Parts: sequence; structure tokens; C-alpha cells
Amino acid sequence: MIILENVSKSYSTGAPAINGASLHIKKGEFVFVVGNSGSGKSTLIKLLLKELNPTEGKITVNGTELSRIKRRKVPKFRRQMGVVFQDFRLLRDRNVYENVAFAQRVIQTPTRVIRKSVPAILSLVGLAEKYKAKPKQLSGGEQQRVAIARALVNNPSILLADEPTGNLDPKNSWEIMKLLEEVNKRGTTVLVVTHNREIVNAMQKRVITMKKGIIISDEEKGGYIYEN
Amino acid sequence: MRISTLLYTLKQGLKNVIRNKVFSLASMATIAACIFLFGLFYCVVANFRYMVKEAEAGVSVTVFFDEGISDEQIEEIGNLIKKRVEVDKVNYISADEAWNEFKEEYLGEYADGFENDNPLKDSASYEIYLKDVSMQSALVTYLESVDGIRQVNKSEFTADALSSLNSLVGYISGGVILILLAVALFLISNTVALGISVRKEEIGIMKLIGATDFIVRSPFIIEGMVIGLIGSAIPLLGIYLGYDKLINYIVEKFNILSTILKFLSVDIVFETLLPVGLIMGIGIGFVGSFWTVRRHLKV
Repeated sequence: MIILENVSKSYSTGAPAINGASLHIKKGEFVFVVGNSGSGKSTLIKLLLKELNPTEGKITVNGTELSRIKRRKVPKFRRQMGVVFQDFRLLRDRNVYENVAFAQRVIQTPTRVIRKSVPAILSLVGLAEKYKAKPKQLSGGEQQRVAIARALVNNPSILLADEPTGNLDPKNSWEIMKLLEEVNKRGTTVLVVTHNREIVNAMQKRVITMKKGIIISDEEKGGYIYEN
Repeated sequence: MRISTLLYTLKQGLKNVIRNKVFSLASMATIAACIFLFGLFYCVVANFRYMVKEAEAGVSVTVFFDEGISDEQIEEIGNLIKKRVEVDKVNYISADEAWNEFKEEYLGEYADGFENDNPLKDSASYEIYLKDVSMQSALVTYLESVDGIRQVNKSEFTADALSSLNSLVGYISGGVILILLAVALFLISNTVALGISVRKEEIGIMKLIGATDFIVRSPFIIEGMVIGLIGSAIPLLGIYLGYDKLINYIVEKFNILSTILKFLSVDIVFETLLPVGLIMGIGIGFVGSFWTVRRHLKV
């Protein structure tokens, strides 16, 4: 599903953000990527979304080598993936329904499909009742649920979550992780970048640890081993 | 493209206009000024051309012949004149016709005193109509060199001056409109750039979700075109409503020139001005926003 072969990414200044990374994530896996700030986690997400191109190496997602995707085909490629961020990135002037529907509108999904799929995905994340609420009327956990609903509404095969619990209290963090686990059980490959030691240790999933752009450990049922 | 996508794009474009209302209004005002001036200059130029054309139709050069010239010689001169490229039409007016016309026009019943005398017996003439009034002086120079021609009367009407003035108005209006176009493009570009910066987060989300370049960019293009449309429609409406009043005012004020001042009707002016004005306005909006989106919005 996701294959990195000796991937490096350097910016014009400083040390490489990712240095010779190789990994293989199978379909339906749940994977944590952990590491300190500057370890290359976010760069990894950007490379997978083809926001950045690697300086060296090869990235393959769902059988497609990313370097071969033409610029105009990038949007279509990105529709295979859902993305969730630490700061939710919701549209503040639109309600919950519109925020989720937005993801379908911009890929030209027919309105009759949107009318069915948005309520269904809001039920999945437990926000069916709050479809009219604006983001500022929701708690952090609820806002992240909306973001997850938006990421999932187009049925992506991969869900990338960049610090999804970074702005949440422990209770909400656990609820979000349980939701992601549920999504994973339904068949979506989930890759979570996180700092949350407690969750990583408790969930006993595959853990990839990065340090200064290098993958220093990759364990099937690992824990948070990273130390400053 | 789906209708729902089209509606979505249009809605977002209109929302952009409302969100950046101050800049949108400034851009509309500039386009409005640009199109208003264009409309005014167009009205002036179109009416000028109409007046020149009308005046040209009545302009003629008249040639009179030496005393005692034979009819054959007159005919020969007529043939020479007809061959000239400047000439559109030549009318021969015999001495009798000239006298009858003079009697009718100026003497009326007093003409009876002349009985069968024709005081204008040497006043046979050719009335020459030109293809283009600007060629008048060249033809007059030629006619004055022809043997058998005693006198060449040319029109008092200063066609050359009118033509020159017409061109001058055209050049000045073109220059002013170009400057205003540049200002309008600059303002629209700023408005759209501001819209892009305000919606940076939304654009970022759209890109990550997999929106195509078209979907991301088109609301901004629509925004520019809407600004252009409104900015051009307002002055055109103003000109349409004010045209007749202005013409009436000019006719009243310059009554002495009523034989020269002939104006086109507003409907005839707007047959050209309306589509050209709207296309210009929408075009400025499209070009300004398209250029800005290409510069500032790398999808």
C-alpha cells in the first residue's frame, strides 16, 4: 500500500529532513509514526501527499510511483487519502454539515450523493445531532471528529493523521484514537503521527520511530521508545 | 462540469466579492470610470463620424467654364473629371437649369422682368461629389489646371479639419482608456490577491482533499468577472439614461449649429456600445483575476 525505498528529502538549508527512509505499510494496517520535533514526521506526511517531492528514493502509494504522477493528476491521486491535522483546519464560517460536504463538493460529487453520505459519516463520528453547529460551538474533540468525518467522507483507502490529539485533553484524545481504530477496522489504512506516549504504549500497534530524519526503529507491536 | 459544481463555483465567486467588499467596490468604481469614459468617447466619436458622413454627402465641388466654350469641350472636361479616383458622382447643370434654380430660390415673381434673358448664360457647371472629403484639395488642384475651366468653387465646409479632429478625439480617448484599463487591472489584481490571502486556509484544504486547479481557481476568476460585469453595467446604464438628455441640451445650447449637429439615436449607439462595453468590463475582470490567480495560486 505505502512503500518508501531509500527516500531522502533535503531543503536548501540545513540537514536532510528525511534521510534514507525505507518502509512498507500494508493495506489495512494501523501505524504510529513517533519522534521529536524536527525528526521528519511531518515531512513524511507531505511526501505521501505529494506536497513535496523526495530529493532521492522512490515512494509508491497504492501501486503508483509518486514521481510518475503528472502535476494535473495530483488532485486525483490525493482523493485516495484523507488527512487530519492537529489544528483541525475547519472552515469557521460553515457549519458541520457544510464542512464535511465541502470535501465532496470540491471533487464534484453530485448533490444527491452528498445528501446521503454526509449524514452517514456524521453518524459514524457521533455528530449527527450537531450537523448545524459552527466549529466555534464545538469542543476540540468534536471539531477533530468533524475533521475526521471530512477526511473519510470520500472513502479514502488511507487516512493520514498529523498529531490528531495534539490539541486535545486525555479524554478527547482517547475518543479520537478509538474512532481512528474503528475506521481502521472498517478497512482503511491509518497512519498516525503523534507525540502521545500514553496512547502509543497502550494501543500496541506498529510503531515507526524517527530521529533527525532517520527511521531508527520499526516494531510490529511497539511502544513509545523515543527519548530526547 | 456538473451543474452543482457550476453553481458552487458561482456562489463562491459571489461570496468572494462580498467578503472583500471594499476592494471589490474600488475595483468596480475604477472599471466603471474606465467604461464610462470609453462610453463617452465612443458616443463622441460615433456621432462625429456620423456628422462627418452626413456633411460629406452634401459636399460638392463646382466647376464653371470659360466664356464661349463649346458643348463638346464641356463634355470632354466632364469625361476627364469622371475618370478621377476622387470622384464619386458628376452632375451637369446647364445654364438654363442654373437660371431656373436661381429664379425659384431667390427671385420668385420678380423673375418675370427678365423675360427670356438668361443672365447666367455662362454659368453651366459640373457639380462633383467626392468619395471622401479629405480628397477635396487634390481634386481642386487638378481642376484648376484643366484648360477651359474658369472657376472652381469648393465647399466652405472644412472636412479636413473635421477628419483631423475626429482622429484626435480617437487618439486621446484611446490613451485615456489604456491608462484606466491598466489601473483597473491593477486594482482587480489586488482585490483577487487579497481574496486569495483571506482564503489561504480554505485553498490549502481544497488542495489536500484533491480539488482540481479549475475548482480552486475558478471562484477567483468568477469574482473578477462579476466585478467587471457590475463595473461596466452601471456606467452603461447611466449613459443610456443620460444620452438623450445630453443631446437635447447640446441641441438647445448650440442651436446655431443645428445644420451640422446631427446625432445618432441612443439605440443605434448602444447596438455597438452595449456589447463592447460589457465585453470590455468582463474582459478586464477576467484578465486581471486570471493573471493574479496564475501568479499567486500555485495549486
